[in-house]
Amino acid sequence: MSTSAHATPGASDADADATEGRVYNVAGGDWDEIVGGDSERAANEQIVVNMGPQHPSTHGVLRLILTLDGETVTDARASIGYLHTGIEKNMEFRTWTQGTTFITRADYLMPIFNETAYCLAVERLLGIEDRIPERATLIRVLMLELNRIGSHLGGIGPFGLELGATTIFLQGVRMRENVLDLFELVTGLRMNHAFVRPGGVAQDLPPGGIEAIRDFLRKAPAWTRDLHKLIDANPVFKARTQGIAYLDLEGCMALGVTGPMLRATGLPWDLRKSQPYLGYETYDFEVPTQETCDAYGRYVVRMNEIDQSLRIIEQVLDRLADRSGIANDPWLIQDAKVGWPARLSLGPDGLGPSPEHIAHIMGQSMEALIHHFKLVTEGFRVPAGQVYVPIESAKGELGCHVVSDGTTRPYRVHLRDPSFHHLQAVSVLCEGGNLADVIPAIASIDPVIGGVDR
Amino acid sequence: MTTPPGGEPPDEEHAGLPARLGEERLDAQVVRTGMFGVQTTGDTSGYGRLQVHQRPPLVSEPPYGGYFDTIAAALGSALRADGLGFGDAIERVVVDRGELTFHVRRAHLVAVVDKLLHDPALRFEIFSGVSGVHYPDEEGRELRAVYHFTSITHNRRLRLEVSTPDADRHIPSVTSVYPAANWHERETWDFFGIIFDGHPALTRIEMPDDWRGHPQRKDYPLGGIPVEYRGTKVPPPDERRSYS
Repeated sequence: MSTSAHATPGASDADADATEGRVYNVAGGDWDEIVGGDSERAANEQIVVNMGPQHPSTHGVLRLILTLDGETVTDARASIGYLHTGIEKNMEFRTWTQGTTFITRADYLMPIFNETAYCLAVERLLGIEDRIPERATLIRVLMLELNRIGSHLGGIGPFGLELGATTIFLQGVRMRENVLDLFELVTGLRMNHAFVRPGGVAQDLPPGGIEAIRDFLRKAPAWTRDLHKLIDANPVFKARTQGIAYLDLEGCMALGVTGPMLRATGLPWDLRKSQPYLGYETYDFEVPTQETCDAYGRYVVRMNEIDQSLRIIEQVLDRLADRSGIANDPWLIQDAKVGWPARLSLGPDGLGPSPEHIAHIMGQSMEALIHHFKLVTEGFRVPAGQVYVPIESAKGELGCHVVSDGTTRPYRVHLRDPSFHHLQAVSVLCEGGNLADVIPAIASIDPVIGGVDR
Repeated sequence: MTTPPGGEPPDEEHAGLPARLGEERLDAQVVRTGMFGVQTTGDTSGYGRLQVHQRPPLVSEPPYGGYFDTIAAALGSALRADGLGFGDAIERVVVDRGELTFHVRRAHLVAVVDKLLHDPALRFEIFSGVSGVHYPDEEGRELRAVYHFTSITHNRRLRLEVSTPDADRHIPSVTSVYPAANWHERETWDFFGIIFDGHPALTRIEMPDDWRGHPQRKDYPLGGIPVEYRGTKVPPPDERRSYS
């Protein structure tokens, strides 16, 4: 084992010492032995470690700058921006409807939440909140809760992997895969759906969709039970998470933290209950809380929220079944000035505008063709003003601030992403703890860099 | 609100007629004339005399409805305790689409925000973010910072809007009151170039440290910036296909 101190190539040892401090070229071994001969260094050394931006346990391209005193983290700073894609800027150059295609890509683990927050904001600007068809609202709630399950599993599974437990990851992914299969069945895509649109949703549930979701509901309890069995009393998992990444109610308030992190301090703050939207006040569900304020408590809250989401999905399916007798139950607003003109249907060459609609605009009505063309290419106008619509996403308060200047394009769209907000808590969660505890701390925030950087 | 043309008193009887409804809009300030940028030759488009009017800013008068009056009253009395009038700090109040906005003069922003958090009758614990907006046409008020607040105690929401001229784009930082504003203010600086005075470390957050310009401003193009990425270049918007 080499313990000799090395400078960077092309510079003498003395030069490197003067500019960067002493450089060690280490290929394994014990740190104490490497610096053993240097007593002054060993007494007051601080190591700055760059964790990321490409690191398997930073949930994407997150970079952490950690200052270490031995194994203790004295300083933790998160650096972001490595996945900035200009989603908000791009939306200003597209129509209101096209905006969903962009915003769904922000936090790619909860695309339906992004779309819904944006569409609710556009609908409030248009003043059509009361005219959204009931079926559209039901499908939205259904998809939101499925997405909540998927997002939580996308947090819990990799959480296990980061602690070295491949089985937890596989069990989590197995259940999430079934959620994604349902998404694919309903929207055609596993992620980045652009399914929720201003005025409703892009299309109705496909034939067999309700049965497939019911089948999922039948199997889901066994999957969550497996996860509980694997994780809940797992001594390694408990040792790595209990009492780790502590953030109590006071800390959450000071940092504006919401979502499972806040509910793990015992405060049952959930926008679905406190400021209901999409008719959440009519569903029977509970807000799970824990009082441990640590990474373990956040995991338990997420698991219990999965159970509650399953309850809500069950109720939505019952209501959809009640409406099955209604002929032509619309899933998009019945307003020719806003609703997408083409009705999608599955033809021999894939999904596209229905043959009846094509026959109508191409063969029967020139006005209908003009209308279709204007609405699809130019889009609809939204009265000037600004709104901020918050919803309870899987990760906390997801707000969409939308400004209109009365034209066919958004003047400004801003996504208040919970991951972005919560990453500010990294220093509070990690400082004073062990280096190894940084991993569960980050995992318990469950940040997704697509949402952080947008 | 503007006065009717000719200074005549408003005709109550005919106020709802179509000819009267447009008067207010026509009376608003003209911000642009013509179309298609035809300046030199005789205009054959027929749009040369087009006048584009700017909407006057919305102003809501009390009562604002719902809990909005409670917030306004509580903030007013909290500010008075500091010898500051409600009108001194709050330029105007807008109630639009069921949401309350206070337009705050930037000099008094920190005082107002401090009351929002610490006054028991207000108690907005959760800072829900800052969002910048750029209005290049509104001279002297080009840049806006829009703050969103949530009160868990009272289950209320509130929005503050602060404007600043582009020539002097400074707004006091609220990080001393709400630590969670830190990254949001950095983002607004990064994207709009608003300088938040008193921020502990106002550096870029999304763009690279050495980036030039502030991308979310309206005078900043979408794409067209030469970046080193496998020798490709995204064409600027005016060279792309567009429909409106």
